[in-house]
Amino acid sequence: MSPKRSSASSRPSTLPGPEDIHRTTLPNGIIVLSRANFNSPSVAVSGYFASGSLFEPDEKLGLAGFTCSALMRGTQQRDMQQIYDALESVGASFGYESGTYSSSFGGRALAEDLSLLLNTLAETIRFPSFPEEQVERLRAQLLTSLAIRAQDTSDMADLVFNQMLFEGHPYSRPDDGWPETIQAITRQDLIDFHRRTIGPRGMVIAIVGAVEPQQAVEAVQRVLGDWENPDQREQLPIPDQPLPVQTKERHHLIPDKSQSDLVIGTLGPRRTNPDFLAASLGNSILGQFGLMGRIGDVVRERAGLAYYAYSNLSAGLGPGAWSVAAGVNPSNVRRAVDLIVSELKRLVQKGVTRQELADVQENFIGRLPLSLESNSGVAGALLNIERFNLGLDYYLRYEHLIRAVSRQEVHAVARKYIDPDRLVIAIAGP
Amino acid sequence: MKKEYYKTILSNGLMVFLKEVHTSPLISSWMWYRVGSKDEPSGKTGISHWVEHMQFKGTPRFPAKVLDKAISRNGGYWNAFTFLDWTTYFETMPADKVDLALQLEADRMTNSLFDPKEVASERTVILSEREGNENEPLFLLGEAVQHAAFRVHPYHHEVIGEKADLLAITRDDLYQHYRTYYTPNNAVLAIAGDFNTKSMLARVRELFEPIPRGPKPPRLVRPEPPPRGEIRLTVEGPGETTYVQVAYPFPAGAHPDFFPMTVLDSLLAGPTNLNMFGGGISNRTSRLYRTLVEKEYAVSVSAGGAATIDPFLYTITITVHPKRKPEETLAALDAEIERLQNERVEPAEIERAIKQARALFAYGSESITNQAFWMGYAEMFANYTWFLTFLEKLSEVTAEEVERVARQYFRPQWRVVGTYRPTNHRSSASM
Repeated sequence: MSPKRSSASSRPSTLPGPEDIHRTTLPNGIIVLSRANFNSPSVAVSGYFASGSLFEPDEKLGLAGFTCSALMRGTQQRDMQQIYDALESVGASFGYESGTYSSSFGGRALAEDLSLLLNTLAETIRFPSFPEEQVERLRAQLLTSLAIRAQDTSDMADLVFNQMLFEGHPYSRPDDGWPETIQAITRQDLIDFHRRTIGPRGMVIAIVGAVEPQQAVEAVQRVLGDWENPDQREQLPIPDQPLPVQTKERHHLIPDKSQSDLVIGTLGPRRTNPDFLAASLGNSILGQFGLMGRIGDVVRERAGLAYYAYSNLSAGLGPGAWSVAAGVNPSNVRRAVDLIVSELKRLVQKGVTRQELADVQENFIGRLPLSLESNSGVAGALLNIERFNLGLDYYLRYEHLIRAVSRQEVHAVARKYIDPDRLVIAIAGP
Repeated sequence: MKKEYYKTILSNGLMVFLKEVHTSPLISSWMWYRVGSKDEPSGKTGISHWVEHMQFKGTPRFPAKVLDKAISRNGGYWNAFTFLDWTTYFETMPADKVDLALQLEADRMTNSLFDPKEVASERTVILSEREGNENEPLFLLGEAVQHAAFRVHPYHHEVIGEKADLLAITRDDLYQHYRTYYTPNNAVLAIAGDFNTKSMLARVRELFEPIPRGPKPPRLVRPEPPPRGEIRLTVEGPGETTYVQVAYPFPAGAHPDFFPMTVLDSLLAGPTNLNMFGGGISNRTSRLYRTLVEKEYAVSVSAGGAATIDPFLYTITITVHPKRKPEETLAALDAEIERLQNERVEPAEIERAIKQARALFAYGSESITNQAFWMGYAEMFANYTWFLTFLEKLSEVTAEEVERVARQYFRPQWRVVGTYRPTNHRSSASM
């Protein structure tokens, strides 16, 4: 007997779709997506805008991140303490995070405080004042995080991996910059970067929670509807990147650490590429499913070499990366690299079994409701639909899309992207 | 936080909580055992966490690979955690698939194999987990501070355990620990989600009631004697960033002082998020942020206590500003602590702490997994009523009480001050 709820099948789907996603474009170009959820007393606001590190000159790397962090540090109306006091007094949160092609914001509050979140967004994104004192304080904080990054074996393995994989491409540059580039950024740079890259064109806002979609749209219209920025630059296209021509390996020395981190991989498809779902399922078999897929089985379960060993497919609007990461004792680095490369070979040569594919397909479909449980989870899904032009019915079609992927397609994308003789291998540690 | 749940104790002593939540077609099931690192004598540190790892290594009915594949294939999300006082296992599944999780938990309460080969490979996995932790300056500092704060009480050691013990613990040690503490009368099963209570209860009885009750598990009773003066310590390691950690005693979760200390924490350092899932809120307007970060003694500060069975620690962690000496930063912290002890807080500040807590609970209620979590978690150190009445108790806190607990718990002679001194300052952070 299974304690199944008898009425489960008669209820409407809980997945977002055209019936309950409200999508509106404001006259200035801002797109508002909204979905009501009155099961919870809170509301999530998330979104993105067309500014990012692609606009940074090499000598000012970190400018996009610096600018985003500074938005909350004071406006023409209020200082930082006043901005945060309004948020924190009611248990709300709001913040920005810079990206490469676009940057994002997100926050949540009790539903009664939705206007507080939107006012905070509008005021900080439109009228930041970049107070001198805050800029310097922030600079010291950014420099400290770079000093911490320099000691973090996992961060540095990732950084070196991207430098090698994306040699000559904007993605080779670390979004956080370097100490000397953070030092080189002036307050005027922040003001200029804000004026030239941040505006309503390309901005998307998702609002999910205990609020009617129409009210959400009106609330956005009130605070951002009259926003125009004639100086906003067009977004830059993201170039392609050729596959590595031969295996490259680099060991970045960080002395006196107990563990080394390694990242091994190659390019992956863009999120908009039709290969994406097949690659995603193949990646799950390789190093995600169950206790981290085949990689976890070989490196962790059988060899006992690592606490974590998994694969990752990172796919956005630009070329993606398909990689395997692990943290191992410095004396086991070579063994771990060999085991991982042989698993990549096996995937490319033999593909995946019928059972493995069926397992990950069930997993992808079954876990969907869990990822859409919270308001911020749904908001993320709505932004995903918009960013990659997936269609409002994407999550309703999702099961069909996943089931339609064949073993042959998974094998074909593995062969297309992964060449075991042309890999990038980055190691950071002693 | 309405009392819409069902609680019972089965004939073998297993405590069961059921809560229907029909917002999403999901069910989350949590199995809690009253065993954690505080049940480990020296020589066996880390054994509870290691047993937790072995619980994923299979039973005759669900061999290792079969087990994790079965849960994942069904779209489940599962994990386990070991803490000072408890060990917990959860599965969040599509509602029509939860039976698999229940069968698995009933099975591995008694039938785990502890295959010697699996024990051997897991030993190196856990050593690797510890080495990964040791890469982090704040782990090294936190471990040293915790050691210093508990000379006698088994809260002395980190959950992961000491390397010497991880090298020495045997398969039989692990199996004995498992059989001693993994009994229905030492466990709480909490299930929330899209089910019918009556049929779920019948299924729980069918699966779990046949498991025989075990002997009452032994407890180490080693209360910590009162501290006899401030302890200062230094940890050295790679890097160029200095950290300071200050640990004061913190009341047990079930102690009435937990609530005024929660208000105090909220205004001193921003509210600690007690939910297992979902992030907290920023602390930019907290007293410590304004004093330490805005005045450039620190680049960041965080603090918090935990809800534990015995009194544990309130820990303040500071990343020292590069232009400051740790002593200067500590002096600025001390001035702020003294202010808390000598100037009464405003009622508005207490009101604010309550609203912050209410918002954090509201965010937590979005997740069925988190709702199931709370029923078992609260039972580990108090009881579920503790959770249900949390906001009520918080709103009864007075300014006088906050002042009293600030004086009582934040005594200089009761604290441990640890400093992480980087050995390679001013090396270039670039490449």
